[in-house]
Amino acid sequence: MNDAMMAETISITGHGGDRIEAYLARPLGDGPYGGVVVIHHMPGYDEGSKEITRTFAVHGYLAICPNLYSREALGASPDDAAAVARAQGGVPDDRLVGDVGGAVEYLRAMPASNGKAGTIGYCSGGRQSFLAACSLPLDAAVDCYGAFVVGTPPEGMPLKVGPIIHLAEHLSCPLLGLFGADDSYPSPDQVAELDKVLTDLGKPHEFHTYEGAGHAFFSVNRPAYRPEAATDGWQKIWDFYGRYLAG
Amino acid sequence: MCTYLTEKVDVEGSGKGPAGWFGVTEASVYFDHPQHARAEHTLNIDFLNPGEGPSARVAVELTATSARALAAAIESTLAAVPPGLV
Repeated sequence: MNDAMMAETISITGHGGDRIEAYLARPLGDGPYGGVVVIHHMPGYDEGSKEITRTFAVHGYLAICPNLYSREALGASPDDAAAVARAQGGVPDDRLVGDVGGAVEYLRAMPASNGKAGTIGYCSGGRQSFLAACSLPLDAAVDCYGAFVVGTPPEGMPLKVGPIIHLAEHLSCPLLGLFGADDSYPSPDQVAELDKVLTDLGKPHEFHTYEGAGHAFFSVNRPAYRPEAATDGWQKIWDFYGRYLAG
Repeated sequence: MCTYLTEKVDVEGSGKGPAGWFGVTEASVYFDHPQHARAEHTLNIDFLNPGEGPSARVAVELTATSARALAAAIESTLAAVPPGLV
């Protein structure tokens, strides 16, 4: 196995033609490689998100993580940037689609690309991964415990996100869903509802729910980390992307 | 879980951040995953001045018990202030 890779901060064209910051990690071979857009969690474009991006490159994927808070807080520490984004109500859906679309275009234009691209998102990024897959032509998408794909947000919630299950008919690619049985957003009932909608629509999808795990079980630097669920989840991701994205 | 619950309140005062004192104009109060505290969820407060950029921020992450104790201490302190000062 050749696991040589490089990673660096770059600038890409996002929604509305805006230049936004992104973290790119890629294998050093000639390819061809599939591409993965990593959609960071609500706490931001942080070290954990960059580590995940590098992990995809080590496993043979062109990977890019756009800084979704580039406009509000370029250069700020990730937690300060996340606080600003939260205070402003989160990332608007149309802007997210534009930024992810720009990242997908960047990946597909790389000389080592095989032309395929997918998304993976965590927490709020899980919902955004689904949103992107319903809005853009993709080859594979992974939703890690994304809330409010189905279900009504709590009353008074200032984040400007709502359910997007009505977009499911437009899902452009297979979807892998990884969830925690102890999570409330999304709850197991909400995961079951999404599963049923996709089944009724004939949309290919694979859902796995881990007992003893709650929200954010992939986050290695947080108390929510669940090693068994995360290890198995990574295996599910390699298997899924191996079928739909790899060389 | 991510509760996404956030209360925003306009405030008037000052806070001390990494670059020194600055005027605080708003506060976000939310119960969600902490960045640093070793707990799954905490009551978090961001004291902010959006006009001075993202780094004009004083942040605290408190356990629910601590947050309630703090709220009670604030109320009892204000209640004990001699008439005419507040």
